[in-house]
Amino acid sequence: MKSVRIGAGAGFSGDRIEPAVELAERGQLDFLAFECLAERTIALAQAARRRDPDGGFDPLLERRMAAVLPAARANGVRIVTNMGAANPRAAARVVVRTAARLGLHDLRVAAVLGDDVEALIVAGDFPLTDRAGTSRDLGGSIVSANAYLGIAPIVEALQQGADIVITGRVGDPALFLAPLVHAFGWAEDDWTRLARGTLVGHLLECAGQVTGGYFADPGVKDVPDLARLGFPIAEVDEDGDAIITKVAGSGGKVTIATCKEQLLYEVLDPAAYVQPDVVSDFTGVHLRQAGPDRVAIAGAAGKPRPAALKVSIGYQDGFIGEGQISYAGPNAVARGRLALEIVRERLALTGVRVEEIDLSLIGVDSVSRRGVGPEPSEVRARVAGRTRSLDEARQIGREVEALYTNGPAGGGGAWMGAHEVIAVASTLIDRERVRPSVAFES
Amino acid sequence: MRLGELAHVRTGDKGDVSQVSVIAFRAEDFAVLRRDVTVARLLAHLANLDVQEATRYELPGLGALSFVLRGALRGGVTRSLSLDAHGKTLGAQLLDLDCGAGRHPDRPDRT
Repeated sequence: MKSVRIGAGAGFSGDRIEPAVELAERGQLDFLAFECLAERTIALAQAARRRDPDGGFDPLLERRMAAVLPAARANGVRIVTNMGAANPRAAARVVVRTAARLGLHDLRVAAVLGDDVEALIVAGDFPLTDRAGTSRDLGGSIVSANAYLGIAPIVEALQQGADIVITGRVGDPALFLAPLVHAFGWAEDDWTRLARGTLVGHLLECAGQVTGGYFADPGVKDVPDLARLGFPIAEVDEDGDAIITKVAGSGGKVTIATCKEQLLYEVLDPAAYVQPDVVSDFTGVHLRQAGPDRVAIAGAAGKPRPAALKVSIGYQDGFIGEGQISYAGPNAVARGRLALEIVRERLALTGVRVEEIDLSLIGVDSVSRRGVGPEPSEVRARVAGRTRSLDEARQIGREVEALYTNGPAGGGGAWMGAHEVIAVASTLIDRERVRPSVAFES
Repeated sequence: MRLGELAHVRTGDKGDVSQVSVIAFRAEDFAVLRRDVTVARLLAHLANLDVQEATRYELPGLGALSFVLRGALRGGVTRSLSLDAHGKTLGAQLLDLDCGAGRHPDRPDRT
């Protein structure tokens, strides 16, 4: 029976570089996919493209491709990635130039276009799906709107012979499902196999999170050699059943437990995991340890694809300013709390308009919000606030820094920061209104 | 007994929604999870997070529960003021939930 080997080379934009090189060199892969585009990254990339028409793609694109292309080329591994972000064409040109610099002159590089639906969204009035209101309420603050494309344009690019396919926004599992559909010729309404392929993509899209990353708890759930974590490989058969594994000798581990954690990860309804090409039901999935670092997965079921595509709308949402300062020794918690109250009062006294403020002690209640337990030997006071201007956001950090000489005893290590907020809202668009296309760069 | 002796957890996020998986180490302990890790007890344990709405999905075939916590992330990763805007640290905070053998049904988990 024919089988396809596909690997995951990155699970987020800032992911490690070398695991993908290891996969390209030693994974005996047919395809290698890189998922590098978080929900708001494309909005930030759109802002970068406005500043530079040749920019707006993943900042590590050139570095990743330079590292992986020689082995990928030598071993016939074809690459699919969403590192095109807001500018897949410019990204494809960079890949062509990077390949040429490495002496690789005959690579076929395709860009997938058509996910940018900002003009449609701005011209219309679309109900938001994650809150009350419509896209019109966001008014002039909208900076981007991208539809989650499905597999069709990626499959088309592969069928036209692309060695590397660069997309913008697509459903993350589509980066993996598309090569499988291309290789096996699955029909676009073969919901069962599309769901099985989606499960493969879902398990692989966060790369190291299925091979032992985001898992270790010393003494409870130990994972070997996380500094050399191996990224996953799926061996997929023509029915879509698969083995999840990794390169022999790499760090990490593939067990039923690591696979279960990733199977459910960020799935809101396990019986209806909605992607552009199929709605998958993972409730009947079963896993079997088929050997060391080998887990067999089967049992995903599929239902017809949705009529509408999800759209992420990026919009400007003010600014966040932040400051931090540490206290240690006896009574550190009390001095930290006093510091927080001083900053709150100072912001009011000096007329800084703070729409929302978050005051916490790192080490006590900054992430747990519980504030119980034994007194720690050190704390770090943290103030974060939302403002309408960058200058006011910066003033929050300045007030924290001023605690050095005006605040409680023994404050040290002050740090401050401020940034513009690009937030994301979601809506839906009829899939017929979105027209994906493929362009080759050479 | 604490939940962490019976199960492992993973936490993810979608917008202002946190998703927490609770997975039994041993299949036979799933019944204990189903009995003791209820929405009400989870919300009481995480009371300071101001979760607006919680749903529990049961996956007996996987020996797992999945909790979907809406409004748990103070606006979500793109606009939250929280140090952990993703809420990645959330699930691990459940590991000391009192659970299974030795649990007194009337005793609050934490005050």
